[in-house]
Amino acid sequence: MTTQILIAGFGGQGVLFAGKCLAYEGLFEDKQVSWLPSYGPEMRGGTANCSVIISDEPIGSPIVAKPDVLIVMNLPSFDKYEKDVVKGGKIVIDSTLIAREAVRNDVNAYYIPATKLANELGIPTLANMIMVGKMIKETGIVTLENACEAMKKVVSARHQDLLEANVKALTAGYNY
Amino acid sequence: MSKVLMKGNEAIAEAAIKAGCRHYFGYPITPQTEIAAYMAKRMPKIGGTFLQAESEISAINMVYGVAGAGFRVMTSSSSPGVSLKQEGISYIAGADLPALIVNVQRGGPGLGGIQPSQSDYFQATKGGGHGDYRLIVYAPASVQEMADYTIKAFDTADKYRMPVMLLADGTMGQMMEPVELPETTVQEIEKPWAVRGTQNKRKHNIINSLYLNPEELERTNIERFEKYKVIEENECLYEEFMMDDAEYCVVAFGIASRISKNAVIEARKQGVKVGLIRPITLWPFPNKVLKQTADKVKGFLSVELSMGQMIEDVRLATECKKPVKLCSRTGGMIPSPEQVLESIINLTKEAK
Repeated sequence: MTTQILIAGFGGQGVLFAGKCLAYEGLFEDKQVSWLPSYGPEMRGGTANCSVIISDEPIGSPIVAKPDVLIVMNLPSFDKYEKDVVKGGKIVIDSTLIAREAVRNDVNAYYIPATKLANELGIPTLANMIMVGKMIKETGIVTLENACEAMKKVVSARHQDLLEANVKALTAGYNY
Repeated sequence: MSKVLMKGNEAIAEAAIKAGCRHYFGYPITPQTEIAAYMAKRMPKIGGTFLQAESEISAINMVYGVAGAGFRVMTSSSSPGVSLKQEGISYIAGADLPALIVNVQRGGPGLGGIQPSQSDYFQATKGGGHGDYRLIVYAPASVQEMADYTIKAFDTADKYRMPVMLLADGTMGQMMEPVELPETTVQEIEKPWAVRGTQNKRKHNIINSLYLNPEELERTNIERFEKYKVIEENECLYEEFMMDDAEYCVVAFGIASRISKNAVIEARKQGVKVGLIRPITLWPFPNKVLKQTADKVKGFLSVELSMGQMIEDVRLATECKKPVKLCSRTGGMIPSPEQVLESIINLTKEAK
């Protein structure tokens, strides 16, 4: 099985980091993974996205043009990528930042007020990981347990104090 | 879990260090700046030298100097920066010195853009600088290969005493994949020609690319081409994918080969007998296998991120026995697997 994931939002929301965590979670389960960022004159406030592929087979093209799963954290990204999701695909939407609902009815849309939840939990910078938690729940692509375990690899040794916060965010998204 | 996730650029840098490279000279440019950043962080910790030169021209001439002293050395840049290095590369080739030059290509010509491209194929394989010379050119297609062929490039450069290029592109440099780096791989060889001081025990060595006597200059060129013949015989690398019963052959390297693999698999599902030949060395080009394949298949499709550069070598290798078509995007755009599939289907209609 191959799952093609596109994560998109504003620069600064941790879109690339969320993708990196997903890739590590796939790697942790001995799957083939690839992670490809959009790169360019992007910065805080600009748009950012990354392609993540998790597969049982060797991965060909690392570019995700037709995502099975779309995670969106701002309206411009939702407007841009909603049409690209495969039929029957899944869209995880940060409903704090995106007021509208999905236009398409041939995809599964999941709404989660990730930014609001992050603020309430006292982890305002980790809405991205709440989104990942929700995505894991709805796709079953990796287990929550392995996702939390993989976080140990992603969060650098210098910042182990942040590990707990990331796990908290993943769990909150998963249980929402 | 011995595998780690790394960006292609970081994998190049770490692999170079594993291969014993302790001298890096460069100048930042998107999309390869992570190589310089990684070296800046690591080199001082392991007693190596990282130096951000004032320009690409300066950096390549520092490479020339360290290569002459017989130490493993590299530089890296992206397309416009590699153009600036061409004079120095020609000097290094003319002085028969081993060095690694990495080009993480972006769209051109001119300053072009910063998105991925393969339009420096001609420059890399046809001698981008002046004079009769060649570079061995490796074209990795995964982050693992970015590491593996960086190590191999240092070995072949030393073995044949010549500059070697690793030709990647923006996607290969920026993407992360699992990679496993070997623990120790340094197999440095004796370099009796190096200028490291004679200690008054031997005649001094000379590193030079100036020969005012034309007979002598001709002789050095002929000798160098004897060496190139050996390399063409021994160092050519390629991968065949689903070629056993193929009636059509896609030729693609680097990122284009990965996109093409998706298209080949999809075409097979539709009953089209198509395979892929992926050159891993762009020079020496896999002429032999392509010539043999020309007798078996009905047509070729060259998939490139350029207006069509490698296609000329595919035509030469196959002696134009079968039609060779092009599928490409350029300027930083990337063909989709669907576009490649469509080109494969069109090829089956045109070449029956």
